[in-house]
Amino acid sequence: MQLILDLLVPGIIAGVSLYGTVQGVDVYDALLQGAAKGLEILWRILPALVTLLTVVAMLRASGALELAAKALAPVCDLFGIPAETVGLMLVRPISGSAALGVGSELITAYGPDSTIGRTAAVMLGSTETTFYTIAVYFGAAGIKKTRYAIPAALCADLTGFFFAALTVRLLFG
Amino acid sequence: MTVIWTGMTALSLLCALALGRAGGLASAALDGAGQAIQLGISMAGVLCLWMGVMEVMDRAGLARKLAKLLRPILGRLFPDFARDRGVMDTIAANVSANLLGLGNAATPLGMEAARRMAGRTPGIASDSLCMLVVCNTASIQLIPTTVAAVRMAAGCETPFDILPAVWLTSALSVLAGITASKLLAKVWRD
Repeated sequence: MQLILDLLVPGIIAGVSLYGTVQGVDVYDALLQGAAKGLEILWRILPALVTLLTVVAMLRASGALELAAKALAPVCDLFGIPAETVGLMLVRPISGSAALGVGSELITAYGPDSTIGRTAAVMLGSTETTFYTIAVYFGAAGIKKTRYAIPAALCADLTGFFFAALTVRLLFG
Repeated sequence: MTVIWTGMTALSLLCALALGRAGGLASAALDGAGQAIQLGISMAGVLCLWMGVMEVMDRAGLARKLAKLLRPILGRLFPDFARDRGVMDTIAANVSANLLGLGNAATPLGMEAARRMAGRTPGIASDSLCMLVVCNTASIQLIPTTVAAVRMAAGCETPFDILPAVWLTSALSVLAGITASKLLAKVWRD
């Protein structure tokens, strides 16, 4: 298992390059253009990261985060979810950049290999900005009656949060 | 976001005063802002590298190959449109772009599919349309690049070791979304 994971990243890089070459793609040019797009994305998310990490740092220093975590701990404990991730779960469906900000603060504050840091990472990686996505798709289709789309989508999010905590506990102990 | 930002700053000010922690607040705010830039810089390398690899995947037509593989499964999820080649192709392309993490390609495809599907039931989200939205709100990205970049930036040596957990969690949450949609479709009264 460890070997597969070790080889995954270099394997994908080499495999995709090989496949692209066989398909007649100018692989190096694509790599450079993609990397330039990566910089554009970073440039776009940086302002939001600055404001959000500022406000989360303030909330943490003021003790507000501790209070919130303490208040919600009983509910979270029931589902085995670390109470520290409550803020992340609240903003995740609403704003992608806010979730990235709150999540990366958790990962940095508690460490990327801590249970809280890993849970935050898995939550970020396995859920989407639900309300934004619904707004974009239904907006494009001119839908006014959304019927059960929102409850069903939130059901998926809650399941994701629960299993993010569970899989991290099971796989990393 | 304005309300959230203003509310959160006001809340932290009140909390700090109430708990007698006002002293650390200023340095925390400035530290947070500085950390954001540091995080951004340390994320940059991984992010650029993966965006490059994804660009190669995109140009090599990997998304199209994947879409072909997915067609039979997707036909079952969208029975109303299983015979509509145009719609099914767009949905398949949308789902495979999502899997490969090609967000910029996935969104317009999904919007196009949603628009075509809504043609049959103007203004109302049909069962199939709800299913499309649920499949898109439950992230099914195989390689969560940004998260890996954040972990790497935070000093993690194996930023991809969460992949099995991410895959399992994604699969279960998509499954929960699909099940919820199928169940709600049966009981929902407008």
